[in-house]
Amino acid sequence: MLIFERSRSGRRAAAQHVSSKGLGLDLGDDLGEHLRHSPAGLPEVSELEVVRHYTNLSAKNFAIDRQFYPLGSCTMKYNPRGAAAAASQPGFLKRHPLAPEAQSQGYLACLYELQTYLQALTGMKAVSLTPMAGAQGEFAGVAMIRAYHQKRGDHDRVEILVPEAAHGTNPATAVMCGFVVREIPVTPEGDVDLAALQAAVGPRTAGLMMTNPSTCGVFERQIAAIAETVHEAGGLLYYDGANLNAILGKVRPGDMGFDVLHMNLHKTFATPHGGGGPGSGPVGVGERLLPFLPTPTVGQTESGTFRWLDKRDLPDTIGRLSGFMGNAGILLRAYAYARLLGGEGMQRVGAYATLNANYMAKRLTEAGFDLAYPTRRATHEFIITLAKQAKHHHVTAMDVAKRLLDYGVHAPTTYFPLLVPECLLIEPTETESKAEIDGFVAAMAAIADEIVNTPDQVTSAPHTLPVTRLDDVKAARDLDLAWLKTQPA
Amino acid sequence: MPFIPHTDAERDEMLEAIGVTTIDALFDEVPMSLRASLPPEMPEGISEMALMQLMQRRAKQDEMSLSFLGAGAYEHHIPAAVWDLTNRGEFLTAYTPYQAEASQGTLQLIYEFQTMIARLTALDVANASVYDGATALAEAMLMAVRANKTNKSKRIVVAGNLNPHYIAVCEAIVSNQGLVLEVLEPDEQTGTIPTDCAPQLSEAAALVVSYPNFFGGLDPVDALTDAAAAAGALVIGVVNPTALALLKPPGQWGASGADIAVGEGQPLGIPLASGGPYLGFMCCRKAYVRQMPGRIIGRTVDQTGQPGYALTLQAREQHIRRGKATSNICTNQGLLVTAATLYLSLLGDEGLRQVALKSHAGINQLVAAAGQIEGVSRRFSGPVFHEQVLQLPVPAADVVNLMANEGILPGLALGALWAPMANCLLVNVTETKTSDDIDHFVTHLANAIEAIKSTC
Amino acid sequence: MAEVRDDVRYLATHEWVKLEADGSVVVGISDHAQDALGDVVFVELPEIGTSFVQGSEMAVVESVKAASDIYAPVSGVVVACNSALEDAPETVNDSPYDAGWFVRLTPDDPSSIESLLSPDAYQALCDDETR
Repeated sequence: MLIFERSRSGRRAAAQHVSSKGLGLDLGDDLGEHLRHSPAGLPEVSELEVVRHYTNLSAKNFAIDRQFYPLGSCTMKYNPRGAAAAASQPGFLKRHPLAPEAQSQGYLACLYELQTYLQALTGMKAVSLTPMAGAQGEFAGVAMIRAYHQKRGDHDRVEILVPEAAHGTNPATAVMCGFVVREIPVTPEGDVDLAALQAAVGPRTAGLMMTNPSTCGVFERQIAAIAETVHEAGGLLYYDGANLNAILGKVRPGDMGFDVLHMNLHKTFATPHGGGGPGSGPVGVGERLLPFLPTPTVGQTESGTFRWLDKRDLPDTIGRLSGFMGNAGILLRAYAYARLLGGEGMQRVGAYATLNANYMAKRLTEAGFDLAYPTRRATHEFIITLAKQAKHHHVTAMDVAKRLLDYGVHAPTTYFPLLVPECLLIEPTETESKAEIDGFVAAMAAIADEIVNTPDQVTSAPHTLPVTRLDDVKAARDLDLAWLKTQPA
Repeated sequence: MPFIPHTDAERDEMLEAIGVTTIDALFDEVPMSLRASLPPEMPEGISEMALMQLMQRRAKQDEMSLSFLGAGAYEHHIPAAVWDLTNRGEFLTAYTPYQAEASQGTLQLIYEFQTMIARLTALDVANASVYDGATALAEAMLMAVRANKTNKSKRIVVAGNLNPHYIAVCEAIVSNQGLVLEVLEPDEQTGTIPTDCAPQLSEAAALVVSYPNFFGGLDPVDALTDAAAAAGALVIGVVNPTALALLKPPGQWGASGADIAVGEGQPLGIPLASGGPYLGFMCCRKAYVRQMPGRIIGRTVDQTGQPGYALTLQAREQHIRRGKATSNICTNQGLLVTAATLYLSLLGDEGLRQVALKSHAGINQLVAAAGQIEGVSRRFSGPVFHEQVLQLPVPAADVVNLMANEGILPGLALGALWAPMANCLLVNVTETKTSDDIDHFVTHLANAIEAIKSTC
Repeated sequence: MAEVRDDVRYLATHEWVKLEADGSVVVGISDHAQDALGDVVFVELPEIGTSFVQGSEMAVVESVKAASDIYAPVSGVVVACNSALEDAPETVNDSPYDAGWFVRLTPDDPSSIESLLSPDAYQALCDDETR
């Protein structure tokens, strides 16, 4: 039932009403023609009804707090409550974004230190914390590449190169920045095709967007050669930080030759996913792109106090990306996480994420599943392909994903990257125990059995959730995006 | 090892199963030259207890006792139930609802949010939100250029009394795709956009109107909407959601209504929190829905005919359309949408209207009282929602610094944004301010002005 | 086994093209294409009177899992669009070669249709793709 269907005319959550008695207002004279004539149609319910309605809705969700979530490239690790509590101090929650610097030193100290940590961990010269999500970080990075070439008067560089296995945001971002996208093939071993790259670079190349480990879940072994190829042609190298969890503290993108990167704090730094957001996508730059950083960033004065750096300090900045300065509350959570882990803790992230993934890959192979790249080490994630099962038993990766839900596990990422057929991209993360991983393998083994003996169970899954498979064709054809006031229940 | 559950024994068991002796061996595909050592800039890890002590200290450092600062982020009372429920692990730690059957809680909630926002703006459909009000406007501009079949133009005419940060963000984003922003100067006296701007609208893709505007004033939205429609330009309304409980919604502007409405959802149950995370809402007429970026939830049925909710129109989004997507966005502000939906459910039309009324009454009361101070007057004439610009006899920035040292944020000094407005202070009052608070403010403002005058 | 009609020509991108007696050209997508797309939920058609260069993007066909561009098989001007697809996009799946047509063009050069794929060549292409 929708909250609107619980609505009864005249019902109120009265404790929330502020009295407007005795305000001495004559709205007619004051606001006249600006007045709204009929109410919007928000729900009319009691406070208990609201609490019960949304508490019951929450129970219909899978969440990290309840289930194992091995979603490849999403890094669904534990969201530390301590980090949330630290970021939610009353002074931080009540602080207005435009408060004067003199009254913002506590907050600015946290941000400045976070900038320092992110620079150190990624091997970059400077960081801007303002982009509000990975996609916005990507936008900032590619916009900086564009600004760099334009500043040099090089207007021919209109192409951004992207491996064919790249995440959809990469080409979407390149187009948003006014570039043309050119795809580079990936070899059967999962590496970028170096020969194809060498043939593709030239005077029209603005840059290459990629990640390492790649979206195939393997380390890009020829990264030095790739960096050289792109730089020699006059292009810049962009690092998509989605897979940073694999190498956090172990390898630095700056050392690999990347000129600019974005990080996903909602992945690598354990800030909560919130059912779809908010994220946070800080960008880091090397020397060449430093002048173009999005503002504001945080700087330190000679006397040690902190201040905002804006267009006056960075006249060539690509500009402002948010109404204020980004997702402050998320940045504070990430800062708290960094303080809890410390340098050693950061190194353990990459180490144990990799241990968990390799262990799981090994056990799944033993259970009869096919790795997409069996000759390679898993990084923090790996891909299995269900092409064999699809061919012989007509059971798809989507079916297996849905059946896993019945086993109390959120499905891994399905059908990404697009070039591996019927694939599952699996990322356990470092915060999961051996027991949890063994449990997942057991569930997969049970499903492997079902695929052979009772395939219907799999192809019509899920069976134990609040709803069965949803008709998404109907959802797209008969668009119902808002509850009409006159809609029958 | 914080958050890593492995015992040494388990680690060794796992290494043995894999067939290596150390974790380092798993990194053997990484060239030795790239292996990094411990970053010296990072301190050692601290306990949760030490962390809390540190953060409490830093937060306390920045606490203020009273604030009249608005300028795009507003201090409203947040009912206790809002974050109590929003912070439930099932909402907080859930992922994007790609597996619809496992996400019906989040999906239904977002559908309810879409409904509430569409009703507030009196438009047909809404998306599941984007990052914030400023980026929502940038996306709306790109959307208008795609959707406008009459005027195939990349020119966007923008009201000059719109939040200057929003204009800056739009410039940063849309200029990459060749869009050009043309700013309309507001009237000197009223601070609103003159209605004779029709010539500039000719052949433009869209007109952007802010309601209320950055100075708190109310523009002639009906006349502006009609002028834009006559010129073939789409109308994008940038609106304050609290104000919409009291003021005319974009869907009812002029003869045919605005085409797209966007705004900052922070006033709906989201704390100021230093500027984020917030939420940008986007609504539009049904005809344009395929041009709208961001996630959209649709109602459908499952195999047994039971109603359910799912992501729909995904073919517009980056994970399918890639280079031809409406936007590169793959986030909605899920957690904040949860808070806003709870807030709107608790307040309802009547509760929200009262918040708007009390805020409106408050600014009128404050300005009347402040006007008693010698040299202080209203900068702009005409009706306002809950903000006004006061003209002071001294630089506003000096007043702000003095009063901030006393724990009061009196508003935003406008000199940094517009040099001729150096003596102007943008002041906001919400329902959280009592009459005593307002008196307190006026007394301190008078004292501050005196102190500054005497040092000149 | 997807149907390959023998009275039309094809593009490698799975459009079919039919030269009508009146010299106009009708365009749609093949049975192979509609099957690969899955249930069609929306079709975006061009405006009547728009001219297209051969190979440029002319229309978009959208399913739940994909949105594919439809390319102009020959250069020409749009004279008619199948507006019935607005309310019944599933027609593309049910009848891709008949009721599910997309666009009718007046071609600049009717003979240019000859250089497109023959039914046999298209069949071979589909067989390759399936392999």
